[in-house]
Amino acid sequence: MTPDPITGTFSGSRALQIEEPLIFEQGQPGRTGVDLPLPPAVSDRLGGLKRQGEIGLPGLSEPQAIRHYTRLSQKNYAIDMGLYPLGSCTMKHNPRLNEKMVRLPGLGDLHPMQPAKTAQGALELIDKLAHWLKTLTGMPAVALSPGAGAHGELCGIMAIRAAHEAEGEGHRKRILVPESAHGTNPATAAGVGYSVDPIPANDRGRVDLAAFKAKLGADVAGIMLTNPNTCGLFESEILEISEAIHGAGGYFYGDGANFNAIVGRVRPGDLGIDCMHINLHKTFSTPHGGGGPGAGPVVLSAALAPFAPLPYVVHGPDGFALVEHDNDPAATGKALGRLKGFHGQMGMFVRALAYMMSHGADGLRQVAADAVLNANYILASLKDDLSPAFDGPCMHEALFDDSFLKDTDISTLDIAKAMIDEGYHPMTMYFPLVVHGALLIEPTETESKETLDQFIAVMKGLAQRAKGGDTAYFHGAPRLSPRRRLDETAAARKPVLRWRPSNITGQAAE
Amino acid sequence: MRYLPLTDTDRRAMLARIGVPSIDSLYRDVPERVRLQKPVDLPHHMGELEVERAISAMAAKNLGTGRAPSFLGAGAYRHHVPAAVDHLIQRGEFLTSYTPYQPEVTQGTLEYLFEFQTQIALLTDMDVANASMYDGATATAEAVMMANRVTRRSKAIVSGNLHPHYREVIDTHARFAGFTAVTAKPDPEGREDLIAQIDGATSCVVVQNPGFFGHLRDHSALAEACHKAGALLIVAVTEVISLGAVKPPGAMGADIVTAEGQSLGNSLGFGGPYVGLFATREKYLRQMPGRLVGETMDADGRRGWVLTLSTREQHIRREKATSNICTNSGLCALAFTIHLTLLGEAGLTRLAAINHAKAVTLADSLARFPGVKLMTDAFFNEFTLALPKPAAPIVDALADRGILGGVPASRLYPKDSAMANLLILAATETNTDADGEALAAALRQVLK
Amino acid sequence: MSTVKFTEDHEWIRVDGDIGTIGITDYAQEQLGDVVYVELPDVGRQVEKGKDMAVVESVKAASEVYAPVTGSVTAINDKLSAEPATVNAAAMGDGWFVKIKLSNPSELDKLMDEAAYKKYVEGLG
Repeated sequence: MTPDPITGTFSGSRALQIEEPLIFEQGQPGRTGVDLPLPPAVSDRLGGLKRQGEIGLPGLSEPQAIRHYTRLSQKNYAIDMGLYPLGSCTMKHNPRLNEKMVRLPGLGDLHPMQPAKTAQGALELIDKLAHWLKTLTGMPAVALSPGAGAHGELCGIMAIRAAHEAEGEGHRKRILVPESAHGTNPATAAGVGYSVDPIPANDRGRVDLAAFKAKLGADVAGIMLTNPNTCGLFESEILEISEAIHGAGGYFYGDGANFNAIVGRVRPGDLGIDCMHINLHKTFSTPHGGGGPGAGPVVLSAALAPFAPLPYVVHGPDGFALVEHDNDPAATGKALGRLKGFHGQMGMFVRALAYMMSHGADGLRQVAADAVLNANYILASLKDDLSPAFDGPCMHEALFDDSFLKDTDISTLDIAKAMIDEGYHPMTMYFPLVVHGALLIEPTETESKETLDQFIAVMKGLAQRAKGGDTAYFHGAPRLSPRRRLDETAAARKPVLRWRPSNITGQAAE
Repeated sequence: MRYLPLTDTDRRAMLARIGVPSIDSLYRDVPERVRLQKPVDLPHHMGELEVERAISAMAAKNLGTGRAPSFLGAGAYRHHVPAAVDHLIQRGEFLTSYTPYQPEVTQGTLEYLFEFQTQIALLTDMDVANASMYDGATATAEAVMMANRVTRRSKAIVSGNLHPHYREVIDTHARFAGFTAVTAKPDPEGREDLIAQIDGATSCVVVQNPGFFGHLRDHSALAEACHKAGALLIVAVTEVISLGAVKPPGAMGADIVTAEGQSLGNSLGFGGPYVGLFATREKYLRQMPGRLVGETMDADGRRGWVLTLSTREQHIRREKATSNICTNSGLCALAFTIHLTLLGEAGLTRLAAINHAKAVTLADSLARFPGVKLMTDAFFNEFTLALPKPAAPIVDALADRGILGGVPASRLYPKDSAMANLLILAATETNTDADGEALAAALRQVLK
Repeated sequence: MSTVKFTEDHEWIRVDGDIGTIGITDYAQEQLGDVVYVELPDVGRQVEKGKDMAVVESVKAASEVYAPVTGSVTAINDKLSAEPATVNAAAMGDGWFVKIKLSNPSELDKLMDEAAYKKYVEGLG
């Protein structure tokens, strides 16, 4: 056996970084990780549709499977390991109590279609979550079924269109969206049949109020505005914005992606917002799980509440009831329709409620305060080393541009990759688009001052090294991670999206 | 507060570094009159014990499927999930990781999603699969919109055997995205023929297999008719275990296969979160919604994985994206793929055989009841009975006897009198012979 | 004799008789970076001056390609689906996108010639 030319080890592994082939490369026919009895002997009733031939699934025993996924897990960065300063994604600590609660008998094993009288506790829990969300946002209603933030956006924009159509204002076909918005905003508006009209930002990183007002007209259905916005700034003219959009006959969609900065301290209802989605996986700590599942409840103003999607929980004569059809006597008759199978992301509701009850009204207020304090501490500590995009104070995240890298031939991406070797997950890069080479840092409230101080020291060191002209160091980073920079161009030019028996290790991308 | 590390000393030192006197001054951009001066009217913080007590009290009011013979299906199925699955998905490196946008430090997530995509392609017998959608219903609606893009047409024909929730989600998108969904009436007999409805304006036909009422059908002729007319065939699967026993949609000529993946690895959880599966033919890849993981090389020439073809997605394409989907169902996809890895070929096919045999036994025993008719000749683990009287009160009466005895079709079709007496029942490996006997005994009583 | 004209959106068109060959300029491919995919219209499709006609993608960006003139598509460069890198290597040559039959050749008069385009690009900094 010859040593691996890269690692120098015979195995290709590096101590705790153990190389792990795909399950398809280690399975054996007949091996299994479960023991099942022989099926009872019956003659099949598959109507001649019995599956023919092998499926091609590999066979692994339980110890092999445990080892496979454990090794894979060790190639991931996670909040449980360290600071995960992904701006706008809100990577905060995920309390384990929440995981325990969702697995309780009576919740984890509850079927969505069992009779309501056998699920009163579940409906009560949904009702309680709704109460917390309505109280925290100062809004009269909430639609709980959307499956994630972007799905909540769909729900809110559909409600706006349904309301306009009911008012005879269906001719309104234009939605205003700031240039700094998440990509989901324009994608959502387009998916609901609207044209998207971008609003420019001013030099303070906020909506340009004059430009916004100039775009108002009888064909405008509404505005989608993230507040605090994606530059990490509070839209200080938000009351003028909401007054102007309402004056023009439009509705105000608030993107609640950054609600964590103001929870318990500012109620969106007081800002004139008509609907807003809340990412339970951001503000209320449900786990991101490598990209979901999320949950995106949408709070609704009185004007939009009748159009809420099905289903929803009501207080009926025999306790809690689920309204699943618009012709139910308890329904409004105006529901915009159904957005998802069954009743929403119940598992996320349980976790979010456990989180909210743990913090209470007082703790949630502190959550926002500490999130904003931590971000401003980073902004103040790094303002002379990196280049802040706007003057502070910021809200829950600090935005820098890449002007501190001017004349260095080092990019935001290079800084991000060097952070990996330092043991950090990189911040959000190149977003928002309104800032050149953006570095968006969101520490969240669950980081200690000691953690922040260490991070600040590392970032100062990297900035100095970059300004000192050590381009080779940055261009070669990362060097210590399970993989170094990956060839995304090759991946996109010749997509290999599944394993096939003919894929031979090391040749797929050639 | 146990989740907040900052002390008052820390806070004072940090405010001093920032150069402001108070937290409130950091909120100076918020108009003063909307700044709350005290906590909102909700309870104060609680310790773990108090929270656990409160939530456990709510859980205790429910009759979980873990302590009642349960024959509930209709798109969500109780299966045994191996202990290893829940242990592994709770590893912090999986649970508390984000979308793998930085591939150098998320190879774990990327590698399992690549395996997941491969497993889905194999199960459905399709070329490619994405890294998951929210659930089966939303995946199916996305499939219709994808078919509209591929064919540049805007009329979908929707089977009366499609789960009503899936149909309703399609209808919602049809209303707002501006396409037509022509829905066939519910088909408990399993005899509908949609071929005659296909015309030059049809973008796709959407069917479910096994159907909502349990029927298994071969959709090969339908696929052929679709292709002849330039339309796509979308096949939805609500019970993925069936793919261990039943001819897969790909072998019937489906162009897009969507599925609810809950049955593998995921608990019932009162309806979510679940995991939507989405597979298609290679030639339609660029019109596919959702995240995709692809294989590539790193700077040292070692194999690795990345998110790829993201120019289809909202964060790049904005209003021209294939879908607005961002977050998907990563952790549920992980549970799915671990469960399927543990099963393997041998385990899945046996599990499917057990499910089928349990359902056949149950169906035959209940069909012997006077006045009861089995509506489904060919089925997998779910079937429909026509009872001699309305099914909803029967289900309620069974619940009073501690038995979760199926889903009355009227719950999903409340105004359709033809549905009133229909009861949809599922049996899985979790049902014991005693469960079946208990159901039979109770049904005998309540049918009197 | 063929003439080459340019648009402000960085498309070029080379006209021979009533057939125009269209691609993106060298400047455009440089700005975009490694091209990974090109989406082309079907042969026979009518394209309208200034409206989107094709899409060119890098790993992190997707750009619309607009028709410099009105006409119908007579041929597409099939080679680009297998070898999108051709656009980077030879944007003005083998990396062409489509050929169209011009409906209104006088539209060409409004486009820039090579010298004017060069000046235009310099002005972009």
